[in-house]
Amino acid sequence: MRRRVARAFARHERLRLGLELSAPIAWLVVIYIGSLVALLVTAFYRLKTDPTGLITTIDSTLHLDNIRRLWDESVYRTTALRTLESAGIVTVVDAAVALPLAFYMAKVASRPARRALVVAVTMPLWAGYLVKGYAWRALLDPSGGALHEIFGHTPGFGFASTTIVLSYQWFPYMVIPLYAGLDRLPDSLLEASTDLGAKAGRTFRSVVLPQLRPAIVAGSIFTFSLTLGDFYMNRIVGGTNEFIGNVVYREFSVNLPFAAAYSLVPVAIMVVYLLVARATGALEEL
Amino acid sequence: MYLSRPARWCLRIWCALVLVVLYAPIVYVARLSVNTAKNFAWPPSGFTLTWWQRAYHEPGPRLALLHSAQTGLWAAGIALVLGTLAAFALTRHSFFGRTPISLAVVLPIALPGIVTAIALLSAFQRLGIDLSLETLVVAHATFCVVIVYNNVAARLRRLAPSLEEASADLGGDPFQTFRFVTFPMMRSALLAGGLLAFALSFDEIIVTTFTAAPSYKTLPLWFADNFSRPNAIPVVNVVATFVVLASTIPVYLAQRISDGAATFSAETRG
Amino acid sequence: MKRYHHAAIGALVLVLFAAACGSSSKGTGSNATSGGSTSVPTLQAIGKGEGSLSVLAWPGYAENGSTEKDVNWVTPFEQATGCKTTVKTFGTSDEAFNLFHTGAYDVVSASGDSSLRSVANGDAAPINTKLLTNYNDLWVNLRAKRWNTVNGVVYGVPHGWGANLLMYNANVVKPAPTSWSVVFDSKSPYKGKVTAYDSPIYIADAALYLMKHQPDLKITDPYALDDTQFTATINLLKQQHSIVGEYWSDYLKEQEAFTKQSLVLGTTWQVITNLVQGDKTAPPVKAVIPSEGSTAWSDSWELYAKTKHPNCAYMWMNWITKPDVQAQVAEWFGEAPANLKACALTKAKDHCSIYHASDQSFYNKLYYWTTPTAKCVDGRTDVTCKSYADWTAAWDQIKGS
Repeated sequence: MRRRVARAFARHERLRLGLELSAPIAWLVVIYIGSLVALLVTAFYRLKTDPTGLITTIDSTLHLDNIRRLWDESVYRTTALRTLESAGIVTVVDAAVALPLAFYMAKVASRPARRALVVAVTMPLWAGYLVKGYAWRALLDPSGGALHEIFGHTPGFGFASTTIVLSYQWFPYMVIPLYAGLDRLPDSLLEASTDLGAKAGRTFRSVVLPQLRPAIVAGSIFTFSLTLGDFYMNRIVGGTNEFIGNVVYREFSVNLPFAAAYSLVPVAIMVVYLLVARATGALEEL
Repeated sequence: MYLSRPARWCLRIWCALVLVVLYAPIVYVARLSVNTAKNFAWPPSGFTLTWWQRAYHEPGPRLALLHSAQTGLWAAGIALVLGTLAAFALTRHSFFGRTPISLAVVLPIALPGIVTAIALLSAFQRLGIDLSLETLVVAHATFCVVIVYNNVAARLRRLAPSLEEASADLGGDPFQTFRFVTFPMMRSALLAGGLLAFALSFDEIIVTTFTAAPSYKTLPLWFADNFSRPNAIPVVNVVATFVVLASTIPVYLAQRISDGAATFSAETRG
Repeated sequence: MKRYHHAAIGALVLVLFAAACGSSSKGTGSNATSGGSTSVPTLQAIGKGEGSLSVLAWPGYAENGSTEKDVNWVTPFEQATGCKTTVKTFGTSDEAFNLFHTGAYDVVSASGDSSLRSVANGDAAPINTKLLTNYNDLWVNLRAKRWNTVNGVVYGVPHGWGANLLMYNANVVKPAPTSWSVVFDSKSPYKGKVTAYDSPIYIADAALYLMKHQPDLKITDPYALDDTQFTATINLLKQQHSIVGEYWSDYLKEQEAFTKQSLVLGTTWQVITNLVQGDKTAPPVKAVIPSEGSTAWSDSWELYAKTKHPNCAYMWMNWITKPDVQAQVAEWFGEAPANLKACALTKAKDHCSIYHASDQSFYNKLYYWTTPTAKCVDGRTDVTCKSYADWTAAWDQIKGS
């Protein structure tokens, strides 16, 4: 029996493919995409008040009311741009900080040191995101926080602090793919570049970076999307600052169609992001 | 690559700085776990082991740890199966519809947690499914699949199919090929993917808030609960510190195993 | 070739989405409101307990000893009734509303800004007050009010209440404020150190201020705002946004901010004031009701419409309104108990007088949270008022400005 199945597999690639694909497809497409699309359809519903004026219900005929509201009221654009800006900064900061670290880990450090460093950069992931958030609050506090006491300056609670703390929170998600990407890069390639007379900087620009692009894109997908969807850190260190997530969280209970509509914004941004990532060939390497 | 001595030192100093920033808040939390004051405020004051004692005797954190571990294991387990299957399908075959499917795999992690959370919760409600461990695991596994997929797919692309073909030519059936050729070469990727998936699930709060059953408090939910309670902060700090310390063991072990395997695959590659 | 490939992908994505859409859109038509149709009938007599109960509560309302060992009125309830009780706490009314809507909870301690929403979308069930052993001992000012009763049908059992006070750092804020104007004045000397409650319901605080200071707007009820009144209120809050340092919703944050003095002035609950006052490292803070009066909250226990544990739920509502339990909760949480018989049982003998538990003139200064609806809650019929959805949308505007 086993042999027969095995032979069938060996002969029929399609059969193997079908079996390999059916479970992930069933899970992701039916459960995930299904509920996602249902939510996105909700974006075209709207609230309506019943004649008594007491009860608000959802009118499930399709309208563009929510989209219009998003378009007309500048606050949603401002908030979305602010979120995007933060996501962009977080991604750039994380990539810039992580690159030298990942490079040291993969190409310079001794084997035991490398092992220790991998553990060291992943361990903060276990410390509890909220706990770290509140710890940062104590460090960033403009009236007598640690940064203020030690350096005499803190950005205070607001956009800057949220962006700093989010860069901190998602940092390991950038380091890990970069390290993996650099680890994959054969040492011989770097040696060849050196042999051909390139200095370290030139080798880095011309050999390492192009090879590393998929890894950077992979890391940036994490940092970018995690920032786009965050709302807790604004509550803790954001002062009066708000992101898309805060609005969606607030509107969800009151006006689900509008919450769904606004969540189309990060969805659209990420789908475009993924398509661009794909067009550069990076997604293939993800 | 040849690096000058100063360049090496710059890299070392950079690493040290990054690690200091990375650990400053965690060290602070650890310090607060033996703090006499009951809040997060700087500077810490006094020293006491009361909170460690209290945390040890409280059932809440232990149960929360257990729940988080349980959820993480289930989610990582499902993600390992689905992610590996998807990775095989998408790297070893080319077929019509490959791209949308590979996008679908990446989507749960690429879309913000709040979108995933609201979408899944609405779907559960419409289908009349009560929130339970299963709903939580379904939600977590969904965004964990991509982690495993990434790791396994990266490895598979690196592995020349020629090895598997050689196995087939030598008479190995697909099962044997998988067991004796493919799997050993992928072990470290699976391990790394599984561990990362577990870690992701372990500390997830946004999706968890919406999809966990009320009585089922994972660690982040327990933290969140206790942040809105008086006098609970020190115990929160104890638990967070404990988890970081305890996590070194599995992380280090996994690292050792995968390192060994990496050497193996590097050799086979050479 | 490449272009063709892209088009094919695009088409496939569309087909994929359309397929998923088609299969799920049927379910989408029935929304939140469908809950009411399958509600269980109102209980006529409390029978044997179902053995379990799931409670959704403000932190401090259902303590089981896990916060502090001796603070425990859940375990005795379990022992007395056999209803094994799980407690989930929430940080804001919106969160409570969301969680209650998931159907995972049998009872919720709902504040006025969420209670009617739960009634409106069919999550809350009518309560048979004949089964409530302590109902007649609950303060008459809290029973059958607009935030827990709709068209004469009771949906909420009063639990306890408190005012939204003005807290200030007595070292910094001088002279001591007597009016809410200090938190609304855009030229405030405390700019950047002012706080406000982070919820759409806070709009009522600004409306109350305008009600007293701009009589030409003719606001008679801070929860019933027509277009003009609403616009004026929102403008005031946008102006306030520029002097606010942080909005608060969890009380750890406000407590710490006042302790560290990054905030010195703003709206608070008595319990937070107590915590700051109890901290030796904190500056002296005081909390007052300014001359305009205050908004206030009164929490009521609501019953889930499709509860599987109605008997345990009623037993819980009877338990939590008992005089001795009410005394414990009120002292622990820092609020006025609904059951006035509790006043004789509190450890601090003056608890009820501090919280004005039965003080009619104090009560008259307060405007209790209720859910704003399109039908004006002040009884006007010639205009439509802004509903809670509008309030929420406006809160987006204020926070984002």
